[in-house]
Amino acid sequence: MSWILFIALAVLTLGGGLGVVATRNVVHAALALLLSLLAVAGIYLILFAEFLAIVQVLIYGGAITIVLLFAIMLTRTAEYPRITDNRQWPLAAVASVATLAVLAGSFWTKAAVDTQPHNPALTDLANSLFTRWAIPFEIASLVLLVALIGAIIIARESEEGT
Amino acid sequence: MVDLVYFQLLSAALFVIGMYGVLARRSAVLIVMSIELMLNAVNINLIAAASHLGYRSVGEAFTNFDGQIIAIFVITVAAAELGLALAIILRIYRNRGSVNVDEVDLMKW
Repeated sequence: MSWILFIALAVLTLGGGLGVVATRNVVHAALALLLSLLAVAGIYLILFAEFLAIVQVLIYGGAITIVLLFAIMLTRTAEYPRITDNRQWPLAAVASVATLAVLAGSFWTKAAVDTQPHNPALTDLANSLFTRWAIPFEIASLVLLVALIGAIIIARESEEGT
Repeated sequence: MVDLVYFQLLSAALFVIGMYGVLARRSAVLIVMSIELMLNAVNINLIAAASHLGYRSVGEAFTNFDGQIIAIFVITVAAAELGLALAIILRIYRNRGSVNVDEVDLMKW
């Protein structure tokens, strides 16, 4: 049962990823990215990480895809079909396949066998996040604040003409 | 049950797809999308390792699931990075009239 789910979700994830890197239409690429991200949320569910699955759907499925579509809308869509891939794309493909071979080989030779996915209780997760990881948590909120202020300042039309 | 190594192989494949996108695409928005794919691949790896190995290492209580917490931080930083990247793309588009990264060669030697 979990194998069927895993294979279906893996096909959706990888298919969406291939759609992102292969399609010419940039809006289709954004929708393929959405498909891939939602399938990743499903992968989190079969790993029993349901909090991460909800976060994935909310942040990636909701916010990030919408922001990407806004960015596509605010830049000129008519230009996108003319922006083809690099001339070095065969080299990029070779480098990617070589990286995949190295990663898959190292994962395969060091495979941990007979492990079961387990579910940490959400209260344990929250306890750990707010005790052991409290300072990184606060720094993460600071990073978000600084990034948002910076984004507003960079993207804003200034009155003096930059 | 699906073993840990298949999740790792899935994450490696997704990472490599994103890497190909970063290397081969020329539109800045598509490069940002490919970076999101790579970050998701890393998250799959972290969460799979956390839920498969955290339990075994201590025996009975589930005490070591730092992978899930690091994944939360990765998602946070990805959101911040995406906001900044899109602001920079908008600024480049306004200044140069294009989002083709090959035309942004002002600092090319």
